[in-house]
Amino acid sequence: MNTAPHSFGKSLFELLSSMRFAISLLSILAIASIIGTVLKQAEPYSNYIIQLGPFWFEVFRKLGLYDVYHAGWFLVILTFLVVSTSVCIWRNAPNFTREMKSFREHVSEASLAAFKHRHEVSTDLEADALAGQAQRYLEGQGYKVRRVPREDGVLLAAKAGSWNRLGYFLAHAAIVMICIGGLMDGNLVFKAQQFLGMKKIETRDIPQSQVPAISRLSPDNPSFRGSVQIPEGSSADVAFLNVADGYLVQDLPFVVALKQFRIEHYSTGQPKSFESDVELFDRSGNKLREATIAVNHPLIHDGIAIYQASFADGGTRLALRGWNLFAPTASSFPVDGAVHQNTTLTSAGGDYTLEFVDFRPFNIENMGGEIEETSGDTMSVLGGSPVSDNRHLRNVGPSFQYKLRDARGQAREFSNYMLPLELDGRWYLMSGVRESPNEAFRYLRMPLDADGDIDGFMRLRGALLDPELRPEIAARFAREALPQDAWGTEIEDRLKFSATQVLALFAEGGFQSLGAFIEEKVPEAEREKAAGTYLRILELAAFEALQVANRQAGLPPPQSDDATGWLVRDTLNSMSDLFVYGAPIYLQLMSYDEVKASGLQLTRSPGKNVVYFGSLLLTLGVFFMLYVRERRVWLRIKPGGALLAMSSAKHTIDFEKEFTQHAQALDTLAK
Amino acid sequence: MELALNQPAPLLKRLTWFDWLFAAVVTVGGLAALSRFGDYMDIYEKGILLASIPALAVSGWFWKPFRPLFLAVGALSLFAISQYGGNLARMEEAFFLKYLISSQAAIMWMCALFGLATLAYWGGLLARSEFTMKTASTLTWAAVTLGWIGLMVRWYESYLIGADVGHIPVSNLYEVFVLFCLITAMMYLYYEARYQTRQMGAFVLLVISAAVGFILWYTFDRGAHEIQPLVPALKSWWMKLHVPANFVGYGAFSIAAMLGAAYLLAQRGILASRLPKLEVIDDVMYKAIAIGFAFFTIATILGAMWAAEAWGGYWSWDPKETWALIVWLNYAAWLHIRLVKGLRGAMLAWWAVVGLLITTFAFIGVNMFLSGLHSYGEL
Ligand code: HEM
Repeated sequence: MNTAPHSFGKSLFELLSSMRFAISLLSILAIASIIGTVLKQAEPYSNYIIQLGPFWFEVFRKLGLYDVYHAGWFLVILTFLVVSTSVCIWRNAPNFTREMKSFREHVSEASLAAFKHRHEVSTDLEADALAGQAQRYLEGQGYKVRRVPREDGVLLAAKAGSWNRLGYFLAHAAIVMICIGGLMDGNLVFKAQQFLGMKKIETRDIPQSQVPAISRLSPDNPSFRGSVQIPEGSSADVAFLNVADGYLVQDLPFVVALKQFRIEHYSTGQPKSFESDVELFDRSGNKLREATIAVNHPLIHDGIAIYQASFADGGTRLALRGWNLFAPTASSFPVDGAVHQNTTLTSAGGDYTLEFVDFRPFNIENMGGEIEETSGDTMSVLGGSPVSDNRHLRNVGPSFQYKLRDARGQAREFSNYMLPLELDGRWYLMSGVRESPNEAFRYLRMPLDADGDIDGFMRLRGALLDPELRPEIAARFAREALPQDAWGTEIEDRLKFSATQVLALFAEGGFQSLGAFIEEKVPEAEREKAAGTYLRILELAAFEALQVANRQAGLPPPQSDDATGWLVRDTLNSMSDLFVYGAPIYLQLMSYDEVKASGLQLTRSPGKNVVYFGSLLLTLGVFFMLYVRERRVWLRIKPGGALLAMSSAKHTIDFEKEFTQHAQALDTLAK
Repeated sequence: MELALNQPAPLLKRLTWFDWLFAAVVTVGGLAALSRFGDYMDIYEKGILLASIPALAVSGWFWKPFRPLFLAVGALSLFAISQYGGNLARMEEAFFLKYLISSQAAIMWMCALFGLATLAYWGGLLARSEFTMKTASTLTWAAVTLGWIGLMVRWYESYLIGADVGHIPVSNLYEVFVLFCLITAMMYLYYEARYQTRQMGAFVLLVISAAVGFILWYTFDRGAHEIQPLVPALKSWWMKLHVPANFVGYGAFSIAAMLGAAYLLAQRGILASRLPKLEVIDDVMYKAIAIGFAFFTIATILGAMWAAEAWGGYWSWDPKETWALIVWLNYAAWLHIRLVKGLRGAMLAWWAVVGLLITTFAFIGVNMFLSGLHSYGEL
């Protein structure tokens, strides 16, 4: 009756339960798992396209490599593992249970005599007497002994360590259980629904309330893992599940409201704790409970666990002063904004969209400083003290980030600090700029005036850009530069002309324009000298410009001291940088009203307990398998002699030692 | 003949007065810690402290040399703490602290002693000198003692820096490397006594020396020995269980790999006459993988349970988790081949050696090359 289907089924069974197949599965699973650790998982698809190019992007997408561990083929491997382990248990169960119970007392004499581990003694003792002593000995050693009378003596059949087999059942059943628990918490149900066209991933960027039912999951969904960001003072009744290149909306059975989000810091500035004070309401607005959620301290309500996962800005309101950097005036205009919102700015060069991206109340920076030479002292031999030296860490205050997008859609990103920073002994207000997110910020530094603000810088900048002030500035400069007897001469006119020219060139493109002009007009041999002269003219003229600007603003004239000298020089440097700053405006943060948002993760995972129970069994099983040694001893006693035989499924040195010990014991007993 | 031959007496009857004294000291110490610092612990941490009392006592009963080690480490650590008197600056003033048992001094002594022990084991192996081998064992014991003192004192120092900074020193790559050296050395010392052979030390100490090299580089080049406060994700009692369990696994797998190398050399006749018999090497290699696998299983499960509390899911396929699974699958396959197929010899030895590469990648490689939720100990 060896029909084909039967034998096919049988060989499949053989294959599935074979050790080679199991080991292959373990290896394949291990190798497949590597892929997901090398390729970053669940990134936005656009990142993959940039990284891989359109062709490979498509290939990788088809293979499901952006979410390997939920890819069909990966689940197939897991399923094979479950099936194979189950079949293996199924196949071994009858044998193993029988073995656990059996003493194998029907073993034949011939087979005992063929054992590798056997030991024979001759004895004058009665068979029963020796059997009694040997039994006591074996029991003392932890064996269970069965005594079987034989026609010419006695057979003792003993076994120890049967739990080894139990361990096998526990551990392997645990593998099955853990995989099933994992599958319960996986997204198989959704995949099936998606396959049947009942659910669809939402890929549009639309308000949550407008997401259609086909992309929403009901509150009874047995298992999910989603996240939501709630600004302080707001609430949420949904969570978002990221799937492939889109998302799903999970409706929650309750409403989570965030009262406050707190970050505490260590004295070094590293974050110490993240906490959210939340309130839960039912759908009709009745308060259910109030709690504080922190990292490592989730809140569990109604089978849904709520975790502190992240934080962000929740729409901090910003009050700003805007400066038109290329306008020949010192005036500013007020701008109001909020993080995550956009405003339109109209300027002569066209419209800009101002997108407020983020706000940070603290910025801990390493202010460098000298690295001390470690002296030849013991502490340096030891690598120094384990107490870290945080002297160089400093909180440099709030900053905010925004993008300025021009009419063509090109954007640059800016990061402006609210408070000035001390660099090389002088104070500046910093504004960082970069073209793309993977670049580092380049900083524009604007010098502070005697009042500790940038108004002086802005005044001087305005005056230097104003062509109408140039004749006056040039005249003042020339008078200052020449002795009185040269006033009104041709020399003065030449000097005025030069100053006007230098100022105009500088206003056009900073030091770069001056440089280009010199390169064009001056023979190579004289360039260096000319550059020195021009710079000198520029600096002195700028000082005059500051006088004029102050007078116009109704302010007292600037002191002629070092501080003013530096202000002038720094202003010139900074203005020159404005031409590569990449934006026609600068935004200065005057005040803010911080609103934080807490990122919560919400999960329901019914498989968790199955997995935990499986883990417990696995641990027990592994210990039983590895630490309970299964051994059997037979002692066949006949008048005048006895034969000791011993076996174990696993031969180790311990087994050899134990056999020697039993053999010696028998020698002693038989005397 | 009434005598029940060699019958093992019940455990409690086999205990000597020293065993009881040891248990008493451990209990008093544990309870003193509880009454003194209980207010700073949550219920789980108290549970861990209480459970560690019997665990330590039984470890001492089961492995006798553990008792003097524990007592020496305890006494010297307490002495170091008394020298501090609550003032961190004493580190650079008090003689004993400065030169011997401040955490950093003790750990550097540990490094030096492990280095010397390695040389001594090799010297003893090549010269077939039992005396040199004995010296090597003693050096290893001394290194272990100082290493533990270093960790204990570091624990105390972290609280001196700030009550909110203090934490058990298993929180970053520097600290766990020290832990790795200590656990590996202790496991080796156990096998050394159990199998009455010191030759394997030459190989095991090599992997410890490599770790010591890493510690030194990490200290002098990166200043990694500085005590840093815990990031919020690590502030959990789970860390006290998960990390040490993992390092029993890593340590055991490293021992197995070094023995695998010894096996392969001996099989080709290199050092064969100086090393123990192949069966012995093979047996210790199996024992190491068995204990490593058991602890790694527990560590991974504990990690999953911690993840469920910290990240919102017991399994997130984060690179570190995934590599832990790969390591685990690897040794599961190893055990199957040996136990079920009954295979022995070169193939398994090679596999154990390759296993160390996989383990090392899971241990450090992931931190260096892959980013994920576990990004605490970046290089
Ligand atoms: C996939 C199908 C699997 C099959 C067919 C299988 C089969 C077996 C068999 C027949 C044994 C021998 C039991 C004994 O002699 O006592 C065994 C032992 C063992 N199995 Fe599996 N197993 C499978 C999967 C796994 C998995 C996924 C693991 C987990 C890592 C695992 C871990 C172990 C361990 C640790 C032993 C210890 C050996 C011992 O001490 O006996 N097995 N397995």
